[in-house]
Amino acid sequence: MVTIERPAASAGEVLPAPFRRWFASRGWSPRPHQLDLLDRSQQGRSVLLIAPTGAGKTLAGFLPSLVDLAARGKRKAGSPERGIHTLYISPLKALAVDIERNLGRPVAEMGLPIAVETRTGDTPAHKRTRQKFVPPDILLTTPEQLALLIAAKDADRFFSGLRHVVLDELHSLVTSKRGHMLALGLARLRSLQPRLQTVGLSATVAEPDELRRWLVDQNPPGDMADLITVTGGAKPEITILDTEERVPWSGHSARYAIPDVYDAIRRHRTTLLFVNTRSQAELLFGELWRVNEDSLPIALHHGSLDVGQRRRVEKAMGEGTLRAIVATSTLDLGIDWGDVDLVVHVGAPKGASRLAQRIGRANHRLDEPSRAILVPANRFEVLECRAALEANYLGAQDTPPLIDGALDVLAQHVLGCACGAPFLADELYDEVRRAAPYAGLDRDTFDRVVDFVATGGYALRSYERYAKIRQNKDGRWRVSHPRVAQQYRLNVGTIVEAPALNVRYVRAGGGVASRGGPVLGKVEEAFLETLSPGDTFLFAGKILRFEGIRESECFVSNAPANEAKVPSYAGGKFPLSTYLAREVRGMLADPARWSALPDQVSDWLRLQAEKSVLPPAQDLLVETFPRGNRHYMVAYPFEGRLAHQTLGMLLTRRLERAGAKPLGFVATDYSLAVWGLDDMGLRFRQERPSLDALFDEDMLGDDLDAWLNESWMLKRTFRNCAVIAGLIERRQPGQEKTGRQVTVSADLIYDVLRSHEPDHILLRATRADAAAGLLDVSRLAAMLSRISGRIMHKDLDRISPLAVPIMLEIGRESVAGSAHESLLAEAADSLIDDALGPDFEMR
Amino acid sequence: MSARIAASIPRHAELALAGEEAVCDPSGALFFPGLSLLAVSDLHLEKGAAFARRGVMLPPYDTAATLARLAMVLETYRPRIVVSLGDSFHDRLGAAHLPPVYRDAISALTAGRDWYWIAGNHDPEAPVGLAGSAVGELCVGGLTFRHEPSPRPCAGEIAGHLHPGARLVRQGRSVRRRCFASDGERLVMPAFGAFTGMLNVLDRAYAGLFGANRLMAYMLGAERVYPIDGTMLSRG
Repeated sequence: MVTIERPAASAGEVLPAPFRRWFASRGWSPRPHQLDLLDRSQQGRSVLLIAPTGAGKTLAGFLPSLVDLAARGKRKAGSPERGIHTLYISPLKALAVDIERNLGRPVAEMGLPIAVETRTGDTPAHKRTRQKFVPPDILLTTPEQLALLIAAKDADRFFSGLRHVVLDELHSLVTSKRGHMLALGLARLRSLQPRLQTVGLSATVAEPDELRRWLVDQNPPGDMADLITVTGGAKPEITILDTEERVPWSGHSARYAIPDVYDAIRRHRTTLLFVNTRSQAELLFGELWRVNEDSLPIALHHGSLDVGQRRRVEKAMGEGTLRAIVATSTLDLGIDWGDVDLVVHVGAPKGASRLAQRIGRANHRLDEPSRAILVPANRFEVLECRAALEANYLGAQDTPPLIDGALDVLAQHVLGCACGAPFLADELYDEVRRAAPYAGLDRDTFDRVVDFVATGGYALRSYERYAKIRQNKDGRWRVSHPRVAQQYRLNVGTIVEAPALNVRYVRAGGGVASRGGPVLGKVEEAFLETLSPGDTFLFAGKILRFEGIRESECFVSNAPANEAKVPSYAGGKFPLSTYLAREVRGMLADPARWSALPDQVSDWLRLQAEKSVLPPAQDLLVETFPRGNRHYMVAYPFEGRLAHQTLGMLLTRRLERAGAKPLGFVATDYSLAVWGLDDMGLRFRQERPSLDALFDEDMLGDDLDAWLNESWMLKRTFRNCAVIAGLIERRQPGQEKTGRQVTVSADLIYDVLRSHEPDHILLRATRADAAAGLLDVSRLAAMLSRISGRIMHKDLDRISPLAVPIMLEIGRESVAGSAHESLLAEAADSLIDDALGPDFEMR
Repeated sequence: MSARIAASIPRHAELALAGEEAVCDPSGALFFPGLSLLAVSDLHLEKGAAFARRGVMLPPYDTAATLARLAMVLETYRPRIVVSLGDSFHDRLGAAHLPPVYRDAISALTAGRDWYWIAGNHDPEAPVGLAGSAVGELCVGGLTFRHEPSPRPCAGEIAGHLHPGARLVRQGRSVRRRCFASDGERLVMPAFGAFTGMLNVLDRAYAGLFGANRLMAYMLGAERVYPIDGTMLSRG
């Protein structure tokens, strides 16, 4: 990491008198990084500021704008409007609203002639129109709104006075397609205003240089923004829950720890409890209330809950009336944190940086240490928590590397540009490559994307006369019909929500005919599909009975049951980071490090060394053993659930081809188990096939392609790409498609396109997406290459201690086809197998 | 996450309608061996082009895909009579603007057969420039072929229009498939076209079409047809 050292500017040199007086009146003095940033900005530089929470990051980001605007003075009556001076972009609407409030105070107190306004999806139409004619000096907005603003006909006038762009929470923006959209928007703004300067505000990341390039024009290639890093703040005090209870072998509920967690809540003012999934949040919340003898105000907060409900919880939090809040992610939460003095992380954090960011939320004062307790839900998670804790003290970072700009996002942007003003392909290509994610884009791909926007980009050129954009005589592309621009505005954005239905209360047993009560939130349609009327599930902290679905609403009533089928919809499941995986492998292989682990865990590892062998840090351990009337193979790659699922799919294909008759597999973050009727240990010893051949890297070639093409995961990814690229409309004027209609047609389109034009640009985008996201192919590839020639086979008579957790996962699976079921039921079952294919996910 | 490997299973489902033996093919075609008659419904040819006309550039391969599948079924059963049960084209412009390559493909299919284009709501007029007879309905023996099912029970009626699909939920898993829907008296055929969606047989649009508790859904799998009792199906 490069930190540019230079003597900090003094307040007197850079800060105008009104600002100095304001700081003094509040008993503050400007912090060195705030002055440093101002100084660099005044020298025309763009800057990345990396600082922990509570370091005055926001004020630092706005100081250059405020000073510049203060110097500019009031607009004289009758003189023309000056347009936006500073654009602030955050990932959250709520954050923009919060900043408006926080920025309003210094502006008012210093009596600065600066207008600050927000513009989000919630801003009323009349206000948006007014903003077009009378723009504020500082506009606080979101990436989607920026995309809309640059696609407007008057974009060049609107941005004619633009000097600064402040990008908040940059670390979270840049890793998604939303970040790609924003990068393209910035490139557009730079074409309109070449002198534009940016300020990026970010939490600590593994590769700051990636963000520094992201912030500036990539012509010349590799150019970077300045970097200011604020370190310090007190080191957090992190502990792993010390418990008398037995830590379970497997599972994610952490039920065993509830009394200890409750006790910790009682001993602190306000506790923030983080979990990894929404279902864990529901479960933990329910369990805490079960033991809540003192009736402490404990609340639940996650992204699926009704907005009104979330706002009430956030308000209570801000007012300090809550003792604890169970939440899934920092971004789900609003802004007002109140006075949190303890963070409890239930389940393993999955990444060291994520843990640091979550703990950082606990304390808004830089000089006091944050306190955190990690609660592993099972024994492998004990190892993972330990590794994360050590990484945190070392300051290790494992934020994911940035990926190349997505082509579906580019397609959306190209159409947006055409909606704004006719463009020349040469110029737009040049502009797009100035955005870091697209710096490596080749011209042929760009042209294919433009072709896609125009006519779908099909080899069979039958849609020329229906083109959405066309070239003028001067070679400029323009939209062919005003309707196209209208459709674009309705479809802008990169967040494709999984189809979700409102959850509405009705009278018990009333079915869908009852009159509806209040809405509790939204649940993904895919989850509801698995329910039959009468089934119970946990949602919004309640046990609900599923009554049925009518139109776009799911009707529920209060369930008398104590036990509920837990919602299995996946809200924020993260794979284990590569960094933590390596640390866990290292810890397993090194008994000297076990002293830091609880006795029950180190005993477990010693038992493994005795009965089988411990996986060496650089090798892959594969165990085989019989159990019941089946044979099992368990491998321990520690590469995260996604990569293991892909590996499991590919291994079963190969074993099947080798005649080993595999019956199924299950994957966790740490290991992978495959079972079948044939003795796999014997086969590996006889090299039918050998383990080296089975795990050969060539599985990522044809096998992967063949499987991918049939995979439901690819279909889901295709749907997202098709919506973002504008092939499938999210909404049409006057009518909103339901998710189901989009899903059905997307699958049909995918099938037809795949069989007739497998190289189509959208399929290319889909495969790139799936490889990076759902399948984690790159990680699997790195693992296969690492373990090549380094596989250790242990053929055992019986299950090993290390294999117990994953074998318990198998036990949780529902097994179909019991003997007493009717012929019809068997037909139905085989239908399910047939229809879903061998890659269907069972929970 | 886990997986199981499916076994191989036989292919067709057979049933009798108005005394006539019928075979439900997994492609969605219905074959009457005794009549050497094959019926397909709701081809919706040129649906992609219809969407492109209003700026939604769906892949222009749906007609080719549908015709290729139809050619395969015809090759399998070699019927003397073919009935296309209406909505053969997605809109009126479809047949008129049909690219020559598809026109030729259709001519190859109709050659040497009695071919009936039954009128549908999407294509109420005879398809321009194609061989075959355009009719409103067709009666063969005890069977009546028409596009929209008549509101009252009607023995021996074979209709399309509704794009029936069925949904099965078992052990926390849900499957939705196109299906033939029948109560033994009449039958509603699944849509055959590559871009055609489906409507659940339990939807109110089917109300009154089938005898109480006698509905069977012949759900289309990848390789075979699965007869599933209507009482086992789910809405949605």
